[in-house]
Amino acid sequence: MPPPDTETADLEKPMGGTSAVGVKVENLSKSFGSFDVLKGVTFDVQPGEIFVLMGPSGSGKSVLLKHVVGLELPSAGRVTIDGLDAAEPTTREKVRMALVFQAGALFNSLSVYDNLALYPREHRLAKESGIRDKVMRALQILSLEHAAQKQPSELSGGMRKRVAIARALVMEPQLMLYDEPTSELDPVMSATISEIIATLKEQYRVTSIVVSHDRELALGIANRVGILMGGKLAYLGSASALRQPQDGRIEEFLHPKIDLKNPRFKKLEN
Amino acid sequence: MNQLLRILEGIGSTVQLLLRAASYAPTLPRQFGRLIEQCYLIGYTTLPIVAILSFFIGSVLALQAGYSMQNFGAKQFIGALVGLSMARELGPVMVAILLTGRVGSAIAAELASMKVYQEVDALVTMNIPPARMLVLPRLAAVLLMMPVLTIIANLVGWFGGAIISSATSFIAIDPASYFATMRQQMEFSDVLNGLVKAEVFGFVIVLVCCNIGLNTRGGPREIGAAVTRAVVVSLILILVLDYFVTKALL
Ligand SMILES: Nc1ncnc2c1ncn2[C@@H]1O[C@H](COP(=O)(O)OP(=O)(O)OP(=O)(O)O)[C@@H](O)[C@H]1O
Ligand SMILES: [Mg+2]
Repeated sequence: MPPPDTETADLEKPMGGTSAVGVKVENLSKSFGSFDVLKGVTFDVQPGEIFVLMGPSGSGKSVLLKHVVGLELPSAGRVTIDGLDAAEPTTREKVRMALVFQAGALFNSLSVYDNLALYPREHRLAKESGIRDKVMRALQILSLEHAAQKQPSELSGGMRKRVAIARALVMEPQLMLYDEPTSELDPVMSATISEIIATLKEQYRVTSIVVSHDRELALGIANRVGILMGGKLAYLGSASALRQPQDGRIEEFLHPKIDLKNPRFKKLEN
Repeated sequence: MNQLLRILEGIGSTVQLLLRAASYAPTLPRQFGRLIEQCYLIGYTTLPIVAILSFFIGSVLALQAGYSMQNFGAKQFIGALVGLSMARELGPVMVAILLTGRVGSAIAAELASMKVYQEVDALVTMNIPPARMLVLPRLAAVLLMMPVLTIIANLVGWFGGAIISSATSFIAIDPASYFATMRQQMEFSDVLNGLVKAEVFGFVIVLVCCNIGLNTRGGPREIGAAVTRAVVVSLILILVLDYFVTKALL
């Protein structure tokens, strides 16, 4: 975890007056047809907190994030942001939030620069020169200056992810949601992302929910961690408590042993 | 039964999209750049094929009319016939069909791919309504470009008819008398009538193609399916609307 107040001057002050927002997930359930993905998930994220959500592939982490931004509607239960129902379209107008999509979701017809500039332009947050400064700064933070004029189709997987993160940074959100921000990045860049998330919290009290399999990131910057398994939270607690040995399937999830003599896929066959 | 439900659903979501886009109309001035871009895509790129096709349609009209009218001694009215058919019916319908193929399909493909690749979701989370940024400029552009395209189609068609009428031996009507009868028998309201039709067709095509694109769900295969559906629905709507608009304007 980077010490606060050093090297954190990199990120600019948000343009609007921002106050930290809290997120409350209450008994959230979601089914697609007869397939239950989330079965009553409850937790809350304090204003200015970094909450890391872990869990096996397919456990519903991305689906949960989409509920927070209102892209999916709950089958039961609800998500509120500062008391506002996340399913209401008006919530997006009142709370500035950004989601870094797992696949990036860059605008393929726009250059990298225009991808970043779209939000401030559409919401008329600054003059073109001011927008330019912000965009270039965000690109710089993610070592993307040279890619500003590239089209998304010309980028590598990790670059797309970094552009997606840069685009979210330019939005200067109160609530930042990351869907596996470091999954395609090299170790140094992953560390940079962790530093960015922590800095946003320290300096601007940005509330963050980070979906990640990255244990370094989780244990390094998280205030609290939730582990989603089988549609429910199998673990909810502080990051430091997670360093202690856990019971059965959580321990297996966090520290899987590679067992060549008795591989897992062989067990399935019996 | 299921089919009927889907049609009703489609109508409902299309009307909703229209209302949403219309509610953002005041933002149009500051989307000027996008409007110009869409005018270019809709108008300029459709123009060559509109010109070529309307030339031949005008020519064929003159040829067929001249052939069947020579026995009645009515071939001097050929200018009026070509003029009226182009202006009131064939011009707008042909432009609408070409618009579907050239522009409607492209809109459906682009918006469907934006939906499938989560770009639309990204816009929504950025609080940039797709109806405002993606639909409104296209609707405004098509309203601006349809009259232009239709007038050009009419003019080229009329000239095609004139050329063929004077060049074909069994018709042999010189352009001066061709245009004289056209002017005699036609009124400005005939042209206006066609322009109204064209506006209705163009607007509905773009709206429907936007809606089908934005409602795409699933993977890349659905993008192709969305384009097919957009084109088929547009073509059906052109012919159905043609009847009703013609009737209403009579
Ligand atoms: N639109 C949808 N329609 C039907 N099923 C869906 C839909 N979206 C997600 N699912 C299902 O919900 C489950 C959870 O998906 P989700 O994308 O949230 O997983 P995840 O935890 O993010 O996994 P990963 O770590 O691999 O990204 C999956 O089984 C998936 O098949
Ligand atoms: Mg996921």
